Amino acid sequence: MRAEPINFIRQAEVVGRLLAVLPREAVLYQSEDTRPYECDGLSAYRQVPMIVALPADEAEVQAVLRICHTLQVPVVARGAGTGLSGGALPMGDGVLLSLAKMKSILAVDPVACVARVQPGVRNIAISEAAAPYGLYYAPDPSSQIACTIGGNVAENSGGVHCLKYGLTVHNVLRVRGLGVTGEIIELGSEALDAPGYDLLALVIGSEGMLAITTEVTVRLIPKPEVARCIMASFDDVEKAGNAVADVIGAGIIPAGLEMMDRPATRAVEEFVHAGYDLDAAALLLCESDGTAEEVEEEIARMSGVLRRSGATGIRISASEAERLKFWAGRKAAFPAVGRISPDYYCMDGTIPRKRLGEILRFIAAMESKYGLRCPNVFHAGDGNLHPLILFDANNPDELERTERFAGEVLEKCIAVGGTITGEHGVGIEKINQMCMQFSASELALFRRVKQAFDADGLLNPGKNIPTLHRCAEYGRMHVKGGQMPHGDLPRF
Amino acid sequence: MIEVPEQWASAVRAATQSGCPLRIRGGGTKDFYGHNCDGELLDTRAYAGIVDYEPSELVVTARCGTRLAELELVLAASGQMLAFEPPHFGADATVGGMVAAGLSGPRRQAAGALRDYVLGVKILDGNADILAFGGQVMKNVAGYDVSRLMAGSLGTLGIILEVSLKTQPVPVAQATLRFDLPEEKAVALLNRWHGRPLPVSASVWHDGDLSVRLSGAAAAVKAAVASLGGERMDDEQATHLWTSIREHTTPFFRVDVPLWRLSVPSSLPVDAIGLDRHGERLIEWGGALRWVAGHVDGRVLREAVAEVGGHATLFRGLDKTSGVFQALPPALMGIHRNIKSAFDPHGIFNAGRMYPGL
Ligand SMILES: Cc1cc2nc3c(=O)[nH]c(=O)nc-3n(C[C@H](O)[C@H](O)[C@H](O)COP(=O)(O)OP(=O)(O)OC[C@H]3O[C@@H](n4cnc5c(N)ncnc54)[C@H](O)[C@@H]3O)c2cc1C
Repeated sequence: MRAEPINFIRQAEVVGRLLAVLPREAVLYQSEDTRPYECDGLSAYRQVPMIVALPADEAEVQAVLRICHTLQVPVVARGAGTGLSGGALPMGDGVLLSLAKMKSILAVDPVACVARVQPGVRNIAISEAAAPYGLYYAPDPSSQIACTIGGNVAENSGGVHCLKYGLTVHNVLRVRGLGVTGEIIELGSEALDAPGYDLLALVIGSEGMLAITTEVTVRLIPKPEVARCIMASFDDVEKAGNAVADVIGAGIIPAGLEMMDRPATRAVEEFVHAGYDLDAAALLLCESDGTAEEVEEEIARMSGVLRRSGATGIRISASEAERLKFWAGRKAAFPAVGRISPDYYCMDGTIPRKRLGEILRFIAAMESKYGLRCPNVFHAGDGNLHPLILFDANNPDELERTERFAGEVLEKCIAVGGTITGEHGVGIEKINQMCMQFSASELALFRRVKQAFDADGLLNPGKNIPTLHRCAEYGRMHVKGGQMPHGDLPRF
Repeated sequence: MIEVPEQWASAVRAATQSGCPLRIRGGGTKDFYGHNCDGELLDTRAYAGIVDYEPSELVVTARCGTRLAELELVLAASGQMLAFEPPHFGADATVGGMVAAGLSGPRRQAAGALRDYVLGVKILDGNADILAFGGQVMKNVAGYDVSRLMAGSLGTLGIILEVSLKTQPVPVAQATLRFDLPEEKAVALLNRWHGRPLPVSASVWHDGDLSVRLSGAAAAVKAAVASLGGERMDDEQATHLWTSIREHTTPFFRVDVPLWRLSVPSSLPVDAIGLDRHGERLIEWGGALRWVAGHVDGRVLREAVAEVGGHATLFRGLDKTSGVFQALPPALMGIHRNIKSAFDPHGIFNAGRMYPGL
């Protein structure tokens, strides 16, 4: 991607207007100040923004939006910038709107079991604030110490416990935000539902394209008395995949059900020393939480199922410290992999659980086809894959092979009835694959939904929903003479 | 033979040409809900059947005209259920009607709402296009979440052809406890329990009588029964109670007076909005759902409920001139109109069923 140059005349005009509503230190435009914002967690895409605005409250956000709307300047919101699909990639002719200064927890109500927070509050800070009341906020992305609730809402983020406790959309009651012209909109409510269309569901996962979130009310739930985790070893990844379906087929919804293959556990073990079984072809982490009696009953049932499904070893956490250690490895999987390779590319497809074995074989075949290694970590319980392709970005050929590898895996996810993104979003990264997952009329509807909120297309334009033109170009790239690319190569 | 969706696509095109809207209807069990709307009847029961069900995937996909009772029987045969416990309001309730109405039953506070279980939909929009959103997988953030938008849209955005729903295992154990408690004390107790890790799956208070259902692992239910007190109801009686609350067949839900549905923060004190002066009351969802039966001044009630962050629906009533659903602020109403025309540019689906002009 070629970076867009900054138009300094335009920049001066917009800076001048912004300085009338924001303090001087809240408007950045010198390249040494704006450079840190050039990318989010997907660092392959970079663009220095024309301006970075750092409002401190809703009124300032509103003032910025009004100016941008009047001057028709595109606005890209940013939380902590941990997004993995380039959702917060700035625009060279736009304002990057950082919500990082708005990080107050406005209220924790232990009776109604809700918390009202500003968008820049970090995910984990909510649970920390609720902890004195025995409550917590359930969705726990691995990035939870850094990522913001505003970003979570925009991506509908999940975590290792969302099989039982749901995604962001299941745990947010209300979003207060600003439309593109600065008008205040309240979606959802502090009650359990709201009149009219479920616009709350529509805005959650909308990648900052429909509104700017300025306040969020989340549901808090009681912290389970006890949680214990089983670590089960398998000598074959497919067997581990089938065991996942067996656990759920037995009528058990584990609090977490995660899988890692051997390359992933090896990378992690070196980094975290979680005590993983390094001989196993795959490990499952299977957690139960609830009352002590409940957990005991469930752990026994889960162990039984896992054994019958061919587990070669089972360890049950004996203490809270040991349970956290099991999870520390899983939660550190991305950074651990980051240590064994100059770069890695994290994918995020979802497939029906029963196709796990098939997709793993497919990924193995792609590893040899492209000559790149690919450890796998999964939110196995909900069929959400995170294959991590290892590459070296300094080698342009490897980057290009990585992208083709990833593209094939995503297309395979669609082919088996899944989706190109389970939780990281489309952003800029998977915009081409959107053309494969959706028909032209479905994409057209998405565009009409966008227009329903943002007629001029100023909020995070170019992300998430491809234009027809883009799909046509992508189509040309991929379908030559009516043939799929590499039609000569075997397809699995 | 022409497939049903194709026939309906022709009906949509014809309606666009003639300007005569369509009235989408399944079993008609929820005809009472929302505003009346005119138009040519489109009976969704012509398109019925379970398309796909795999218990180990926790997903069922059914066509709109499938009878809800039939779907629930099929799930029960595999030890599963729809966790949001949807009301049927009659034997003929269909899956499409259930999604369009978006109503959840007694388990709502504990398990989530209908919309939380919608994974994917296939719809026919106002351009006569068949569109699919979401899918059969648990996690999917590709594009906007149009599937959930269909839940509770009252058929105003398109014809729901097919829906994929997340299913859940039926809890192993269940018990219902009864307590004699005045309203305030009942709400306070429910609030307190809500903040503790207890397997409460439903609650109802009416006229000094609080019932609480516990569901979950055998050990958890047993421990809760032992610690919460109250009087244990016999299982058959309990099943009957929860069905009658879900289906509005208890005497409280008699049809000769207007029924208001108040969705409020669960901790709202009983006297906060003068609720205690507003006719007879029944409380569900740990205090978050309060039904009021009686001739009340809708305008006053709505203002008071809005003040505390909730909303009031005239759930059943003969005189709907003051609106069934709480009015939306202008900015939101504007977005609603835009959304309506994004899906239904010619305004042919269930015109006015939710709000005038939608
Ligand atoms: C190591 C690592 C592990 C991760 N693990 C997980 C995981 O387990 N599960 C998971 O789901 N994700 C995971 N992620 C991805 C990422 O952390 C999430 O997508 C997160 O929600 C992004 O939050 P953020 O504050 O960093 O948002 P950003 O990256 O700053 O922004 C993300 C998107 O949100 C928009 N946005 C941000 N704030 C607002 C706002 N206030 N209003 C409107 N739009 C806004 C942006 O425009 C952008 O489109 C991981 C990332 C990393 C780096």
